[in-house]
Order: sequence, then structure tokens, then C-alpha cells
Amino acid sequence: MIDPLAWLILLPLTWAAIAFLLGPTRGGRIAQAGIALQLVLALWIATEVAGGSSRQHAAGGWRAPLGIELLADGLSAIMLLLAQAVALPLALYARAYFTDHPAGIRHFWPLAGFLLAAMNALFLSADVFNLYVTLELVGLAAVGLVASDSTAKSVAAALRYLFATLVGSGAYLLGVALLYGTYGTVSLSELAPLVEDAAPYATLLAAGLMVAGLMLKTALFPFHFWLPPAHGGAPSPVSALLSALVIKASFYLVVRLWLGLLMPVAPPAAAQLVGMLGTAAIVWGSVMALRQPRLKMLIAYSTVAQIGYLFLFFPLATHTAPDAAQSALQGAAMQAVSHGLAKAAMFGAAGVVILSTGHDQVARLGGITSRLPLTVFTLALSGVTLMGLPPSGGFIAKWLLIDGAISSGQWWWVIAMIAGGLLTAAYVFKILRHAFLEKEQSATFRRLPRMLEWPAFALALASLAIGLRASDLLRVLGAP
Amino acid sequence: MTWYEALPLLILASSLIPGIIIFNLPEERRGLRTTLNLAGAAIKLVFIGFMLWGVARGEQYEFRYSILPGLELVLHADALAMLFVTLSAALWFLTTVYAVGYLEGSPHRSRFFGFFSLCVTATVGVAMAGNLFTFFFFYELLTLSTYPLVVHRGTQSSMRAGQVYLAYTLTGGAVLLTGVVWLYGLLGRVEFAPGGVASVLVPAYTDQLRMVFLLLIAGVGVKAAVVPLHGWLPQAMVAPAPVSALLHAVAVVKAGAFGVVRVVYEVFGVELAQSLGLLMPLAVMACITIIWGSFRALWQDDLKRRLAFSTISQVSYIVLGVALYGPIGTVGALAHLVHQGLMKITLFFCAGNFAETLGVHKVSEMNGAGRRMPLTMAAFSVGAVGMMGMPLTAGYVSKHYLSEGAAAANVPWAAWVLLLSSALNAAYFLPILYRAWFRSADGTWPHEHVKRRGWKETSVLLLFPPLISGVAVVVVAVFADHSWSPLAWAKLIADRQYLSSVP
Amino acid sequence: MLFALTGIVLFAGGIAGMILQSHLLRKIMAFNIFGSGAFLVLVGLGQRDGQIDPVPQAMVLTGIVVSVAATALALALARRLLNLTGEMRFPREGPDD
Repeated sequence: MIDPLAWLILLPLTWAAIAFLLGPTRGGRIAQAGIALQLVLALWIATEVAGGSSRQHAAGGWRAPLGIELLADGLSAIMLLLAQAVALPLALYARAYFTDHPAGIRHFWPLAGFLLAAMNALFLSADVFNLYVTLELVGLAAVGLVASDSTAKSVAAALRYLFATLVGSGAYLLGVALLYGTYGTVSLSELAPLVEDAAPYATLLAAGLMVAGLMLKTALFPFHFWLPPAHGGAPSPVSALLSALVIKASFYLVVRLWLGLLMPVAPPAAAQLVGMLGTAAIVWGSVMALRQPRLKMLIAYSTVAQIGYLFLFFPLATHTAPDAAQSALQGAAMQAVSHGLAKAAMFGAAGVVILSTGHDQVARLGGITSRLPLTVFTLALSGVTLMGLPPSGGFIAKWLLIDGAISSGQWWWVIAMIAGGLLTAAYVFKILRHAFLEKEQSATFRRLPRMLEWPAFALALASLAIGLRASDLLRVLGAP
Repeated sequence: MTWYEALPLLILASSLIPGIIIFNLPEERRGLRTTLNLAGAAIKLVFIGFMLWGVARGEQYEFRYSILPGLELVLHADALAMLFVTLSAALWFLTTVYAVGYLEGSPHRSRFFGFFSLCVTATVGVAMAGNLFTFFFFYELLTLSTYPLVVHRGTQSSMRAGQVYLAYTLTGGAVLLTGVVWLYGLLGRVEFAPGGVASVLVPAYTDQLRMVFLLLIAGVGVKAAVVPLHGWLPQAMVAPAPVSALLHAVAVVKAGAFGVVRVVYEVFGVELAQSLGLLMPLAVMACITIIWGSFRALWQDDLKRRLAFSTISQVSYIVLGVALYGPIGTVGALAHLVHQGLMKITLFFCAGNFAETLGVHKVSEMNGAGRRMPLTMAAFSVGAVGMMGMPLTAGYVSKHYLSEGAAAANVPWAAWVLLLSSALNAAYFLPILYRAWFRSADGTWPHEHVKRRGWKETSVLLLFPPLISGVAVVVVAVFADHSWSPLAWAKLIADRQYLSSVP
Repeated sequence: MLFALTGIVLFAGGIAGMILQSHLLRKIMAFNIFGSGAFLVLVGLGQRDGQIDPVPQAMVLTGIVVSVAATALALALARRLLNLTGEMRFPREGPDD
């Protein structure tokens, strides 16, 4: 009766609709309760999956290939867990944030609910067409959130995002069409054995389109142009959701397709190309981050850089020895989770600074260590994860990726990762340096609602804690 | 969890938990903060005492925690760990007392002591690390916890120094990480064991082993301030004196030197290192550092910077001792780890006293300091002559072993380097002693913060730590043959690293 | 097959239009064009031996719904931008961007 898979999608849809009807204040409370329940469901699924079995559910009783099947395996379970685990503190944060700064509250809760529903559905989908539908829904909800405070800047950023995302999913859809035309099915489990390395030209084209489209949606260099305005310009709770979760959804999809479907068709050169783009993202994103005068734009460019790390997975997992590939997958999963937690924390902290001082100029952060010590600590802890230093989850991710690189003999990626870590340190410590300066640079420090600083801190702490409990997370991943 | 697993964790906790509590204390709760600090330091010493007693009776203390399948955090109490841990804890206690006195009335003390405690936790973790992964883990934590101490004052110059510090230490850490992961890839696991664990990889992976050695040594060499990776250390002198004392006697620099010891002896094994021809280049780098550090020290007028370059030079004595193949050199290195710590901390405590009490920062201002602050100056003199290698001081004992070790390893030019260094040490320390004792003060002191009250030439908290460590410098030399001296300990450890026994 | 080829042409044209046109309304129309192109490919390739395959038709219906929603959102945002800036184009990049 209670199938957690279906409820993970229905629950957020329900509270989103209720929130729309009830209005922002009561809507927020309902949302919190809903997300808490979702987290419980996600944990339930994760424990079951870690025990060795994957869960399936056929919507409406219709089985594939005609019906829509939901499937939770190791990778999905982790992503589901990440989504709910980030959403819950962010919900608490958003309630406090919008109490203080109401611009954009009117549509936040319904849109956030739709976003979560769509993401959960994405993680649970088992056929490529349903993945398209959910992908579009995630995109639309995200665009709506970006525009939620209705300034010219955010609306422009939202439109840019919308166009990019539509082109991306359009390319993806064409790929789906080509696949269906070639093989006659869209179910992943049925397609997988059919795709071999002597595939027709149409399959190659489909693969290329799908991957390119998803790269655009994940803002991989050089398709990253829409991300900084969208993530940097949106209200902070929205930025947190976008950088932490939405980006991971399309990344998850590329990984899923690559591993489940496209790897036999993919030439090793393609994987290396993706890796190069990832490296370019790391360098470009970090350099641009260093040059940003505004904190939120710095953090947004940091996301561009960190996405590059995620894409290093591809050269490490394609046509390499099994243990190297496994390290690569584990590393990518750890990176996705740690970055999600840390980025959400960072944007949360930035939001606190903005509400308190009225600005987010990095050069004027002086003196906040005495006024907002918890927030500075949050920035520092999330910075530790982003830099990949112990004891964080980011460190474990780095270790696994470097291990994968060395065991597959591709030592040049090690240089990329090391350089990336140092560049990240450059901009993280730029923030901390200004924060540590004694002289107070801001005119005002407003009092803030108490709940505002703690959720971000909790997220940052979680990104560290995940480093110590990495084996639990990876056990979930390792399940079939 | 048994007592044998818990004790290493308790030793970590004895500074971690007070640290976390101190972070959250309001600035005004001075009494509580000081109590927590000192209680933590004292409890740590008590726990370490238990551990020493247990290890002497042959008991095993080990804690393991699995991070990833095949990758564990291991805390292990072996003889080398105990050496470093005891040194760290004892000197931490002294530095805490000193810091309480030094920072009297300064802002942000809760933040300072919070990070101070984290720093010691990281150091103790480095000491007790039982494998290379755990070592790296705490090594990077050390970088992170010392940065806020370096930039504590929040001025532009401390920020700049902090930036340089980070650039060096994070890069070093990244290089170290590469080496560590590489070696883990080759070996599967890299637990520390006397005699090393890497010899199984010869002859198939000899070239890779050499690369790994280079990476590892470069990585730890940054903290150990080996030339040319030493640039951060003189800059870091802008930090308050307790930080300089801690960084240069106990935490960062010693952790680097300790890393060199672990890598050469317990990862590679000295026999393997010798057979791969790795020890000679290491000895050469150490000698270059020794000379360069001493030479630069001659030209510094700022007292702390002079001591900083002296540190750069002296820590490479340890590296040199490690690189001299043969048990005598090893004994010298390990003994000097302790001895240099004692001497340097005395010198930095005294330098801090001169700055705090009289506003004296430069050597040229030190005329007549001996008359005004005889006790402090006496301690300084003991430390200084120890650095020069005068008999009856700790420095003499370790230098003696190092020179003999150079002869035994057929590297006679190393002995000449040591001799030259002693001469240079004299050249930059004796003038200070001369000015302080034999010249009279010209005019008033730059900024006399603390007036003299009878024999209390400065605050008691500032006075006693250097006196205690100064006395210790002499005691460890006079009682060097005693079975509980650092020297005897060093012999015990060295014995296990070689196939033949130590004379 | 004809449908499929037409679809590909529409798709390529639509994408190009979306990138190259600067008037927002035209971008939105271009989006509809390439969406329709993809749908045509889906339907066109879905014919098997003259028999019509219902699955792609169902998929296209779903796709049309999604496409309508997306178009509506795009139009609403464009209209809002028009109200806020007075132009149906993306604003010039400011010094902050």
C-alpha cells in the first residue's frame, strides 16, 4: 500500500498544491513536514537498497515497455537521499529567510515542491522518455524559481536559463527519438543489451545529442554561460537548491545513460574530451571565481568549477580496469553528495550575510567574524569540503578520483585535480581572508531570525560528517 | 571499545573537546577558559603517562576506524609516536601557560585558544598516526588549524603572511597527497612499521618508488622548512609569540621533520632508502638548508626572524641525521627532535618576553636586557649556547651523535657542515648575549609594558615557562645516560630500524 | 522516413534560430519549431512496415504537453521582462554580470 517510490513523487506534488492554495506562511510549514516525511522514505529506500535489493514499482500497474516503471538502485537511492537531505535544512532556512525578506515568497513553496517531485521522479525513472519528461519538469520548475523575485535581472537570467535548458532537453529528445527508431524501445533495461559497439550511425548520433544536451543542462564548460547569472542572481534559498541539487539531476542522467547504455558505443577519445572540458571548467570556473567582487557570483562560478570535477568521472570510468572504474564512480558519487551539501551551506551563509549587512561584496566582509561567527564557520567548513581537505567528504571524493586516475594510468587527471584543489583554496581563502579582517567594513549589521544561521551550519557539518561515514554511503551505491 | 582502543582517542579528545567548548565561550569568561585550557593540557599529560607506562610493559594501544573499504584511520602507540606525543603534550602545557599570560587583554582569545587546542589535537594525531593515510589526514588538519593562529591579529601583514603560509602548505599537502595515493595504489595499504613496508615493490617498481619518495619528502619538506620550501616560515613570524613558539618547537615544523622520519624509516625503511640511493640527495638538501639558514640568520635584526632562520637551519639537523645511514645518525636525529624543541621554545618564549615586557623586537635594541631581565636572559643564554653545541646542554648531545653518525656513514663533509653551522650559530647568538649582558641600556626601553617587581621581572605566567624549558635543556644533557632520557629513547627506536644493534 | 528527415531539418533550423535570433518572441517560436522537429522524427521513425506504432504517438502527445507548458512559461517570462525593461530582448550585459 505504501510504496515509497510512488510516494516520493506524490508527496511533494501534494504539498506543493496545498501550499499554493494556502499561501506562503502555512505553506511553508506543510512543506517542512512533507520534506521530513520524504527524508524518512528516502532513508527507508536507501537501507533496503544497501541490503542488496533494488526496488521497482510499476505506475498504475502497467509494466514496461508500455507503462512507466520506477526503479530505485544504488545510484538513485543516493541521489534521492541527497535531495531530501539538502531540501529539509533548506526548507527551514527558507522559512526564516523569507520571513525577513519577503520578495519572492509567493511562489517559492509550490515551485520548490514541484521541483522536488520532478527530481525524485527523475531519479526513479527507468526509461529514457520518462527521463526526458522529468528532466523538462525539473528545468521548468527551476526556471520558475529563478524568476521568483521578479526583478529585471532575475527574469532575464531565468529566460536565459530557460532557453539553454530547452535546447538541452530538445537535443536529448531527438536522441530518444533516434534510439526508439533504431531499437523499438525506450526502457533502459531493454535497451542496454541491444547497444553494442557495432551500432548503427543513428545510435552514435543519438548518443552525441543526448550527452551534449545534458552537458548544456549541467553547465559544463563551454556551455556554462547561463549558470552564473541564474545561480548568482536568484534569492539565496533558490541559489542553494539550484547549485546543490538541480545541477546534480542532469549529471546523474549522463552517468546513468553512460553506464547503462552508451559506454559500448563511446570511443575513448570522447571520454577524454569530456574530461578535458571538465578540466577547463575547473580552471576557468576557479579563475573567474577569484575575480568576482560579489560573494554569490563567486560561489556560482565555484559551482561551474566543481562541476568540472564531476565530469572527470568519464575518462576514468570508460574502457578502464574494473577497480579503476569503480573508484571513479564512487568518487563521483561522493563528490556529488559532498558538493551538494557544501554548496547549499555556502549559499545559505551568503544569504545570511546579505540579509545582515545588506550587501555581498567580498571586499567589504571585514568584521563579520565577530558579528556572525557561526556563518563564517559555515563558510570555512564548506570551503574545506570544496577544497577536498580532510576530514570532509570532498577529501574522500578526491582520494577516490585520484586513485582511479592512477590505477587507470591516466596520471594527467591527477594534475588537474591537484591544481583544482589549489585554485579552490585560492578563492575560499579569499573569502575567509576578508572575513577575518578586523575592521568592520559594513555600515549595518541587522539582527536576524535565530533559525537562519543554523541550517546552513548543519549542512556544512554534514558535508564533513559524510567524509567519516563514507563507507555507509558507498555501500548503498554498490548495491545492484 | 576496550581501554586499549580508547586511550589514543582520549588523548585526542583531551584537547579537542576543550577546544570546541572554548570556541563557544564569550570573551569575558576568562577564568573558565583558562581552567579548560590548563585542565585539558594536564589531563592529556596524565593520559600520555598512562600510555607510556603501558607501552613500557609491552601493551598495545591501537584504534582503527574504517573510512573506506581498505582504507583505515589508525592511531597507534609505538615508540616513535610516544616520543613525539610526549614532547608535544609537555610543550603544549608550557605554551598554554605562556599564552594565557601573553594574550592578557587581547581580543578574540576564545577564538585563539579554540584553534590552539585544535592545533594540538592535529599534532597529537600526526604523532600517533599508524599509517600514511592517517598521517596525511591529521597533517592537513594541522595546516587548517594553524592558519587562523597565524592571521590572528587581523592586520594586513598577518593576512599576507597567512596567504604565503597557505600557498606553501597547501601545495605541499597536495604533493604529499599525490605521493600517498600513488603508494597506496602500489601497496594496497601503507602501515608504519620499523624497517619499512615498501621493500616488497623492488625491483619491479623501483623508478616509481623513487618518484613517490620525492613526492612524499617534498610534501613533508614544506612544513619541515627544507630549502627551497622554507619561504613561509620567516613570514609567519608576524604571529603572536606563543604561536611562533608552538609552530617552531612543537607543531608544524616538528610534524614535518617527524614526517621525514616516518617516511624514511617506517614507510621505505632505511635499508631500502640507502639501496635506492635516496639518502645522499636528502643529506645534501639538509646540508644546504643548514648552511643557508644559519647564514641568513646572521643578517636579521628582528629577533624573531633571526630565530626563524635558526629554526630552518636546526630542523634540517634532524633531516640530516635521518639521511646519514647508520644507527648513530638516527639516534642523533631523533634526539635532536626533542632537544631542538626544548631549546627553540625557550628562545621563543624569551623573545616573546622581551617584546611584551620591554617592547624590544630587534637585536639592536637588546643592550642591557640582561640587567633588566636576568632570569629571562639566563634562559635565553642556555638556549643559545645549546644551539651552539656547548657541552652540558641538549644541543651538545645531539650534535655529538650527528657528527659521529656522519663519520660512520662515510659522509665526512657532513661533519664539517655541522661544525660550520656551530660557528655560524655562535656568530649570530654571541652578539646578542654580549649586548644583553655586557652592555648597558642606552636610554629607555621602546615600550615598557610591565614594570619590574622585585625578582618578578615580568608576569609570572611569562616568566616560568622559559625557565622550566631552559632547565630541561640542561637536565636532558646531564642525565642523557639515564634510561628515561630522550637520548635513551632515541636509541631504542633506532635499534628497531636497522638489522644490527646500536652501540 | 520523409517525416524523420523533415524533422531533423526542422530541428537543426530551430536550434540555429534560437541561438541566432535576438528577439525573444522569435526565440520562443524557434523553440517550438525544433520541438516539433523532434516530434516528427519520433513519429516518423516509429512506423514499422507500414503499421503505425502507438507508443511514439503517446510519447509525442506527452511531449506536446510539456512543450506547451514550456512555451507558456517562456511567454510569461518574456512578457514580464517586457514590462520591466520595455524591450523584448535580453538586456545588455551590465558590469556585474
